[in-house]
Amino acid sequence: MEEAAPALERLLQPAPLEPLGHPDAGLEAAVGEEAEGAQDEEGPGDRTMTENFWVKKIEISVSEAEKRTGRNAMNMQEYTAYLVETRSVEHNDGPSVLTDSLWRRYSEFELLRNYLLVYYPHIVVPPLPEKRAEFIWHKLSADNMDPDFVERRRIGLENFLLRVASHPILCRDRIFYLFLTQEGNWKEIVNETGFQLKADSRLKALNATFRVKNPDKRFTELKHYSDELQSVISHLLRVRARVADRLYGVYKVHGNYGRVFSEWSAIEKEMGDGLQSAGHHMDVYASSIDDILEDEEHYADQLKEYLFYAEALRAVCRKHELMQYDLEMAAQDLASKKQQCEELSTGTVRTFSLKGMTTKLFGQETPEQREARIKVLEEQISEGEQQLKSKNLEGREFVKNAWADIERFKEQKNRDLKEALISYAVMQISMCKKGIQVWTNAKECFSKM
Amino acid sequence: MAIFPRHARTHLSRRKRMLNDAWAKGGGDASLMDMNSLSPTMPTSPLSMINQVKFEDEPDLKDLFITVDDPESHVTTIETFITYRVATQTSRGEFDSSEFEVRRRYQDFLWLKGKLEEAHPTLIIPPLPEKFVVKGMVERFSDDFIETRRRALNKFLNRIADHPTLTFSEDFKVFLTAQAGELSSHKKQGPGLLSRMGQTVRAVALSMRGVRSRPEEFTEMNDFIETFSQKINLIDKISQRIYKEEREYFDEMKEYGPIHALWSESEEDLADTLGGVASCLDRCCQATERRLCGLSEALLPVVHEYVLYSEMLMLTEEVGKLEDKVECANTALRADWERWKQNMRNDIKSAFADTAERNIHYYEQCLATWESFLTAQSDLYAKEPPDDKP
Repeated sequence: MEEAAPALERLLQPAPLEPLGHPDAGLEAAVGEEAEGAQDEEGPGDRTMTENFWVKKIEISVSEAEKRTGRNAMNMQEYTAYLVETRSVEHNDGPSVLTDSLWRRYSEFELLRNYLLVYYPHIVVPPLPEKRAEFIWHKLSADNMDPDFVERRRIGLENFLLRVASHPILCRDRIFYLFLTQEGNWKEIVNETGFQLKADSRLKALNATFRVKNPDKRFTELKHYSDELQSVISHLLRVRARVADRLYGVYKVHGNYGRVFSEWSAIEKEMGDGLQSAGHHMDVYASSIDDILEDEEHYADQLKEYLFYAEALRAVCRKHELMQYDLEMAAQDLASKKQQCEELSTGTVRTFSLKGMTTKLFGQETPEQREARIKVLEEQISEGEQQLKSKNLEGREFVKNAWADIERFKEQKNRDLKEALISYAVMQISMCKKGIQVWTNAKECFSKM
Repeated sequence: MAIFPRHARTHLSRRKRMLNDAWAKGGGDASLMDMNSLSPTMPTSPLSMINQVKFEDEPDLKDLFITVDDPESHVTTIETFITYRVATQTSRGEFDSSEFEVRRRYQDFLWLKGKLEEAHPTLIIPPLPEKFVVKGMVERFSDDFIETRRRALNKFLNRIADHPTLTFSEDFKVFLTAQAGELSSHKKQGPGLLSRMGQTVRAVALSMRGVRSRPEEFTEMNDFIETFSQKINLIDKISQRIYKEEREYFDEMKEYGPIHALWSESEEDLADTLGGVASCLDRCCQATERRLCGLSEALLPVVHEYVLYSEMLMLTEEVGKLEDKVECANTALRADWERWKQNMRNDIKSAFADTAERNIHYYEQCLATWESFLTAQSDLYAKEPPDDKP
């Protein structure tokens, strides 16, 4: 997956061809100002740099991982820090200049992603590599500090940043820019956006169903697809891990032949040489599996990315669902208020209301009281209508933008997965060729014995 | 004791006859064999006889073909047992017919082996498969167990047929030809005088390994047997383990292809590629199954037979001191020993070369599958219009 870096290099440009409405554009600008305010000390030049940032070609890499010990409230804790380097390239073939270099830990990546999820609810936000090692087979370690795991995570984090950087909308986000360029104080800036408050807590209740009367069929289908994708990829990864485990066993046991043949050749006068060299080939065979499975692990990581992407896809559907639900609730509320108003005005009671009942029981209210109530309701109705209008607009914008991003995502997914599957075939071919070579050599030795 | 009817000799080459005479004299005759009593037309030194032993039997000389197959279960009030069909085809004169078909059970094979050991105490008698499997949870009459046993019994009879002396054993002939009733009456005959003496010689021959002042070559033989036994046991364990691992790999692979097929059902653009991967994995899975069969047919039985051989050869020891009687036993044993070693080398060599060949074949099949998948994919790429780059 080292190839991922140059392959995903993208030219960062301002807005793409079709103007995409951005529901939170106002909020982003506010965030930008705050950030700039915090940067005042850094110098006059940085504002220009911010504007030009998006026009130049940039390369992002997570080039190193380092074990650190940090202080938290309770005790000393070990964690890993990752070096994020940003380079800008003046011309297409020119040299790259290191413009920024800072250390981030996994939790900061998480913070960035959570922020993006809240501010870009219509975007399928690229996923982070897994927090804990899953789908492991016996040779792999479940330990987060294990060097192989750290290495694969480093690659995954780099991939995440490249995905964000190559996204036409996400790449322009200020917080993302600061993540790459401002080490200290970044967390505070993110928290100051108040995005946690903005986050809809209902989204956390993944399985809660909201009864939407008129669900958008496309989103329902999409949600169903994302569920299927998650299920099938995790099943595939589980089986792959088991297959890898077994394959490892087959290859390694052949190594035992190597030892026995070699020992036997010491006393066998006639077959001695043949046995010895055959044994050597068995050792070669046994050790060849390590590289083979290491490559396969990278392939598994590619699939894992899409396993987590499926979750992100589902999240967009959920947000839409909630939006639709809120819209319907608001419409319902408005309708009922209108009805109440009408009843009060005309004096007819068509629907049961507690007020109506108490009025009947305890006497009618005065005309002044009734007038007051009608006035309040009319105000509420007017407000409600405005809100409903803007909610509708919001909804339509959301659907338009979300759908555009979903189309983009689908194409990306098909490209990436096709490439991954083909690379898997290439790996299998390489494995077969190695096998043919080793066994051909071994056969020669056996025949000469 | 081998008996050579006059007319049988016309079927054999002069060389083989010479060998058989030498074996016969060395094997069953308890009296001293004087080297010089050999006819002048025969090579006078045991060593040159041994050299001739090393020539492999030419195929056109083989005049006895045996197969063991068709296991059948028999249930009586007292027991349940399996019989096997033993089919013989021969052009030998001493056989009344050219084709025979009899049914035998394991007990009958045991009887035959016992008789051969009695009659030829200094020869290496082929091993029989174990009475019952101790390790694992193999049921006495499971299909795998019966098949493994059948193969081993087939090998046992063919080994006897290929042995220059044992092949002419009367008991062997009876075993191959007698119908049920005849066999039981033949079995009732007690051991002959010669075979009683044979037992003593055997005890003496085997006891050589326990005596301190034994000849160099027996020390050598003993060392060889010890090391060989160690190594062949290890190889047997390793081979069994490889079989087990491959079997489990095969079981997992059975699930692997179908998942990709399932996935392709919920995809549009990817359906093609996923379907291709699914069918590649299925084909590789089938190739794995063939590889497994190869192991269990070719390598495992060969290695295991030699494990049994090594157990038998390691047998000890009633200490005897009849050194003069030992002299003749040595010669015959030594010759058979050389023959056995040569066979062992050939068998091990072929078994492993064969396994290597099967593995090559396996990888070639898988390679072809994946390569054709890639070709198909690149053809698709060639046909598709280029995507718009974001």
